[in-house]
Amino acid sequence: MTSKAIPDASNFVKGVDTSFEVILGIIFFFLIAITATMIYFVFRYRKERNPVATQIHGSVSLEILWTVIPTLLVMVMFYYGWMGYKPMKEVPDDAFVIKSVGRMWNWQFEYENGKRTDTLYVPLNRAVKLDLKALDVIHSLYIPSFRLKQDVVPGKKQMMWFIPGREGEFDLFCTEYCGLRHSSMQTSVIVMPQDKFDSWYIDTTATAPLISDKPGALGLVIVKKNGCLACHSLDGSKLVGPSWKGLFGKTETVITKGQTREINVDTAYVINSIYNPNDDIVKGYSKGLMLSYKNELTEDDIGEIIEFMKTLK
Amino acid sequence: MTDTVIQNHEPNYLEYQGRYKGIFSWIFSTDHKRIGLLYLYSMLVLFSVAAILGLLMKIELIAPGKTIMDAQTYNSFFTLHGITMIFLIVVPGLPAVFGNFFLPLMIGAKDVAFPKLNLLSWWIYILGATIALSAQFFGDGPPDTGWTFYAPYSFRTGTNMLPAVTGAFILGFSSIATGLNFIVTIHRMRAPGMTWMKMPLFPWAIYGTSWIQVLATPIVGITLLMIVLERTLQIGFFDPALGGDPILYQHLFWIYSHPAVYIMILPAMGVISEIIPTFARKTIFGYKAIVVSTLAIAFVGYFVWGHHMFTSGMSGTALYTFSILTFLVAIPSAIKIFNWVATLHKASIDIQTPFLWALCFLFVFMIGGLSGMVLGALSANVHLHDTAFVVAHFHFIVFGGTGYAFFGALHYWYPKMFGRMYDKGWANIGLAVFFTGFNTLYLPMFYLGMIGMPRRYYDYVEEFHGPNIVSSFGAMLMISGLVIIITNLVRSARKGEIAEADPWKGKTLEWTIASPPPLENFAEIPVVTKQPYDYE
Repeated sequence: MTSKAIPDASNFVKGVDTSFEVILGIIFFFLIAITATMIYFVFRYRKERNPVATQIHGSVSLEILWTVIPTLLVMVMFYYGWMGYKPMKEVPDDAFVIKSVGRMWNWQFEYENGKRTDTLYVPLNRAVKLDLKALDVIHSLYIPSFRLKQDVVPGKKQMMWFIPGREGEFDLFCTEYCGLRHSSMQTSVIVMPQDKFDSWYIDTTATAPLISDKPGALGLVIVKKNGCLACHSLDGSKLVGPSWKGLFGKTETVITKGQTREINVDTAYVINSIYNPNDDIVKGYSKGLMLSYKNELTEDDIGEIIEFMKTLK
Repeated sequence: MTDTVIQNHEPNYLEYQGRYKGIFSWIFSTDHKRIGLLYLYSMLVLFSVAAILGLLMKIELIAPGKTIMDAQTYNSFFTLHGITMIFLIVVPGLPAVFGNFFLPLMIGAKDVAFPKLNLLSWWIYILGATIALSAQFFGDGPPDTGWTFYAPYSFRTGTNMLPAVTGAFILGFSSIATGLNFIVTIHRMRAPGMTWMKMPLFPWAIYGTSWIQVLATPIVGITLLMIVLERTLQIGFFDPALGGDPILYQHLFWIYSHPAVYIMILPAMGVISEIIPTFARKTIFGYKAIVVSTLAIAFVGYFVWGHHMFTSGMSGTALYTFSILTFLVAIPSAIKIFNWVATLHKASIDIQTPFLWALCFLFVFMIGGLSGMVLGALSANVHLHDTAFVVAHFHFIVFGGTGYAFFGALHYWYPKMFGRMYDKGWANIGLAVFFTGFNTLYLPMFYLGMIGMPRRYYDYVEEFHGPNIVSSFGAMLMISGLVIIITNLVRSARKGEIAEADPWKGKTLEWTIASPPPLENFAEIPVVTKQPYDYE
């Protein structure tokens, strides 16, 4: 059914594809049969060949026939649809839980040991349950290769679960329109064998020693994890929010409570812009698009981000 | 009904000079025929704009990344395309244009029941359209929410939402007034002898549609009003930040907007039920079955809205109830298809442009309806929901169904409306180009959805590239076809050959009067004794 036709990418592929194929078989039969009959009639009964029409007002038995048969067939279609769907709501108790948060315009995954990533890492052949949360507007988490999708509605608890059946990297999209960078709100699912996954999972420090020798490197890791780059570019190009290139130390024109004023981008300003993003809006940008990161970032984290910003000259 | 044309010395409705001159004799006219044409001209202009927006979007999608516009422009384009096409063209389209023009003619009446209300409906339509479209030109920029205005995004966006929503709210009144007018007209003004079971099928379809318009439109009115109140007064209906529920919005929106699909498609089915017997020279097969299925669609169509929300997290019970009902609503449509095809059996078919439109309608409408079966199945829906598959499905239904029927109706009734005939050769060439382009445009989108391309995507990953190229090429071809079709029609209104009163040998009442019809339609109200499609 998909170009990446991997039959066993998840435990739901078979149910979904079977219902799809059964229905496709039935509808192709009807489409071809009716179209062929129609074309045959038009050819056979055109006025040159059949100058006088025979007036037929209808037939009760035919009406019954073509009411009953399609009704039975659609019930078959319903049955396959329901059977493929039902297991999607029956989560095993021992599923591995990953908290998944959607916000404009990135996904964030948090594991039970506190590890956080912007890519979804899951163990092969093990039930995984995603506890879904949206922070701002409705998003929808969609993994085509797994045939799975669930809307993520702010203020509501939603979940989805699956058993990955194939090692590899698969696309993960947002399918509920969520604004300017909706089509960029995509990442990957990486399925690893249990042992590889375990060593990746335990290793919460792996990144720290590698990056500590370069100034701002830890800041970049924090920035990536929190999806800041969905809206702020590093190369000066204008996205939803101001670019960070050369930002730190620069003088910006901002609008505060309707008043235009000039400020210097210093530590206090950056901290306030992350905690209370709607206080000062840089001229030319829109209000209300960024949410507060008060619960996600400590002042130490922001300090690292500022170190990183300083490197962007 | 009779074949003889009633000779008439009254001026026809196009020539008649009343109290007002020039353009005022149109925009203040209470003649149902002139009002029908007012809607037609307004809609042709809006349709051209919205179709060009669609073309520009397809050109943007011809390659990943930025091609001709930035993401914000793309998002506002698909919003404007959707709002214009749905609220300004497809929902009011067939009833407002052809219902107005032909309903009174087909039931042997001199006008609709409330001609002044009818004119008021057009003015409300223009007012609503102006307000909705004004959002494009001032304020904080064109709306970018999509035509569904989903909460809470519609509260978060900084763009100019209020005019668009207010405009859609006002348009609702036009729809309700028109529906009410038609219901009363059909109940009270049928010609003597025209019992319910002797009424032609287009008026029947208009009747079913009108009830949906009257009963369902207030729900969307209230919903849109709630958005306005929430945005201006911060009352928390839908936005979770204010304690509201975004899913409530979806329910309210689709309780109207799904029946609205039947507002779009029922009159289209009515048009096809007129065209087929006329060119088959044969009474329609299963008249009663078609009438009953029209009413069944109008009724069951109210209870299937939940299938727009299969992935929103509804309970299992709600899911399978909506899934079963969705499958059941397909049955009456299938019955119609079978009856139309059966009408061709042992017919004597005169293959003319309107008939070709009807055949193309049958083909694309079947694809639209049958692909809906895939989406009605819960498990397949989970995969295909909010992908390009859905976009293809509803363009096959709404454009393939209503759009083809609209152009079919235009080619069928054109000689009656303008008293002239279009160039049939160019009309057929236009249709061929359009039909080829249409399928090249939308068929690849089914495939894109199957391989997982989400809808409303400005940018996409490389694996979706191939089918998008084909689809964008199809869009260009389709627009070329439309240009041929519309140019031919516009040109022929003045320069076409003079048409006879009954060029297609139709049997319904509109063909018994002169073309273009005299001001008051019937010099003498006809007495109906026979079935509507009597070719004995």
